[in-house]
Amino acid sequence: MNSHQGNFVRASMIEAAPAPIQTGGLAYWLRKNLFATPKDTALTIISLLVLAWLVPPAVQWLFIDAAWTGGGRGVCATVAQGGSQPDGWSGACWAFVNAKFDQFLFGRYPIEERWRPALVGILFILFLTPMLIPKVPYKNINAILLLVVLPILALILLPGGWFGLPFVETPLWGGLMVTLVLSFVGIAVSLPLGILLALGRRSTMPVIKMLCTFFIEVVRGIPLITVLFMASVMLPLFLPQGVTFDKFLRALIGVSFFASAYMAEVVRGGLQAIGKGQYEGADSLGLSYWQKMNLIVLPQALKLVIPGIVNTFIGLFKDTSLVSIIGMFDLLGIVRLNFSDANWASAVTPISGLIFAGFIFWLFCFGMSRYSGFMERVLDTSHKR
Amino acid sequence: MARRILTALVGAAVMGIGAHAASAATLDDVKAKGFVQCGVNTGLAGFAAPDASGNWSGFDVDYCKAIAAAIFADGTKVKYTPTSAKERFPALQSGEVDVLARNTTWTINRDTALGFNFRPVNYYDGQGFMVRKGLNVKSALELSGAAVCVQTGTTTELNLADYFKSNNLQYNPVVFEKLEEVNAAYDAGRCDVYTTDQSGLYSLRLTLSKPDDHMILPEIISKEPLGPAVRQGDDQWFDIVSWVHYALIQAEEFGVTQANVEEMKKSPNPDVQRFLGVEADSKIGTDIGLTNEWAVNIIKAVGNYGEVFDRNIGAGSPLKIERGLNALWSKGGIQYAPPVR
Repeated sequence: MNSHQGNFVRASMIEAAPAPIQTGGLAYWLRKNLFATPKDTALTIISLLVLAWLVPPAVQWLFIDAAWTGGGRGVCATVAQGGSQPDGWSGACWAFVNAKFDQFLFGRYPIEERWRPALVGILFILFLTPMLIPKVPYKNINAILLLVVLPILALILLPGGWFGLPFVETPLWGGLMVTLVLSFVGIAVSLPLGILLALGRRSTMPVIKMLCTFFIEVVRGIPLITVLFMASVMLPLFLPQGVTFDKFLRALIGVSFFASAYMAEVVRGGLQAIGKGQYEGADSLGLSYWQKMNLIVLPQALKLVIPGIVNTFIGLFKDTSLVSIIGMFDLLGIVRLNFSDANWASAVTPISGLIFAGFIFWLFCFGMSRYSGFMERVLDTSHKR
Repeated sequence: MARRILTALVGAAVMGIGAHAASAATLDDVKAKGFVQCGVNTGLAGFAAPDASGNWSGFDVDYCKAIAAAIFADGTKVKYTPTSAKERFPALQSGEVDVLARNTTWTINRDTALGFNFRPVNYYDGQGFMVRKGLNVKSALELSGAAVCVQTGTTTELNLADYFKSNNLQYNPVVFEKLEEVNAAYDAGRCDVYTTDQSGLYSLRLTLSKPDDHMILPEIISKEPLGPAVRQGDDQWFDIVSWVHYALIQAEEFGVTQANVEEMKKSPNPDVQRFLGVEADSKIGTDIGLTNEWAVNIIKAVGNYGEVFDRNIGAGSPLKIERGLNALWSKGGIQYAPPVR
């Protein structure tokens, strides 16, 4: 072969050259996504200007000028307002959030007993985290821990009154603890109950169908705020003196029923999306009704409506704030309640408190939303786009 | 037939419970359960608000403590029910709370139609106006055409309408649902005038960005006598709640304070001795179902009226409200207690 003079044959591969500057690197990305056309360029510049106008003052207000520590309104008020800050000062009053943080978590729960809700919270995280990670084994045991053992423990620990634990009545509960208990119970009750209601509504048995439809339509037709208000204001007038239902229990039942009714309609949407062939296929295999639902229909239907289910969860999580109107103080309620503490009254206290509450709500809702996105990808086996 | 019997039974049961409720003495109930259930505001600076550790404190809260102290010699035997403006009356009517100490204005409607009893006024309030100094307004009568910030659904809103109508003045109401919203709107300059009870104007001043730019106009356009309310039909309980207030006033008049109450028992003044229950054969407390030490216990728990006022809303608090009408009758105010004898 080597004897062929004049014919040049390359013996090794040429190193791959870097892509032309027009098709790679930061400059390419910028040009493709931000400056592709004159219109894009104009939009980019306007957006940057808006950001430059908004972000530095926000950072300045939220972090640099903020009052981080202090024991009273003085640190969050200017000299003219009776405080210690220079005139014209404005910044977030994180000292207020700092001083009231325990209250925002536990409400007016007695200080020496706060280890109880804290313990329940830690156990909740311990049991929930492995439940959420698909790879962790022993899901059955985990589910029993989370959905049976934890609620029983919470029922013993939170109100107390057993095993020498002092009784802490629910009017003293508050803050994030109430928000989380309400939402967890709401979520844990509404999903199974909602599925049953949805199946009932699609049932061929007329009585069951009627009852389920009646429940869903009645509950969906009344605003939650009305039910809470009626239960809190009107119910005591009908009941004999001294007989009162716990306000927290009323709220718990109200929130759970409402979420169930909404959940039922979400799940029904999923059930209707499953083709008739699936039902008939299951029937032809000789599966019973529950086998058919458990093995064939529900896994497909629920997977389809994950966004709707999580949407309901997020709505429920935020609806828990409505318990403020019946004198229960959830996270938002306790934050707002503390605005009335004259020792912390200042021009920036309310807005700082609300930003804090909003941030906590956002954290939880965003977390739920991201997790549902993750689950959709994990479970997405056929409808990938 | 069976149904008829059932109806009769249910009816009888309801009647029985009703009769029981009417005849039961609140004091006995309270003693039996071991605490006073007290309806308070869901948060009003100086009157009922959570302190650093989440306990309720404030002017109204101290009245709850004083009632508990009079009964149990222990001011901590109180449970608080935070009630909204709408919830408060059903809560008292239904017996959910024993007494309502929730900056409630005493009106004829509430005293009669709603079935409550009011007697002592623990805080004389009245609706006032706050304006920006820049407007150069010296009187509310010059406010024609002003934009007025007001919270909706309150008597404040109605009083405002009445006042402007009776004086033939035009105004633009800027209404909000929540108190913080009204405050923020006024501070941001969305209206020229802010109107609410004077006690509220003082707490508002704390939250304004430039408090010195604002002034409170001299006009008081409504009478707002605030006091504790109880259900009708239990005179003994009504007497106790009333006399707790009078004891606080009387203590201030005698100069009996939280600090010197034990010492004052040795006072040579027979009036003071009688008041503190150290007079021989005293029946000063047993006559209303309490112990003779009741006034002592109240003062030990919360101090006298002046101390309660000062600590929560007066000079010793951030609100710094003047005593004004709430000074003792002997010092230019109208707080007056019937003689304790």
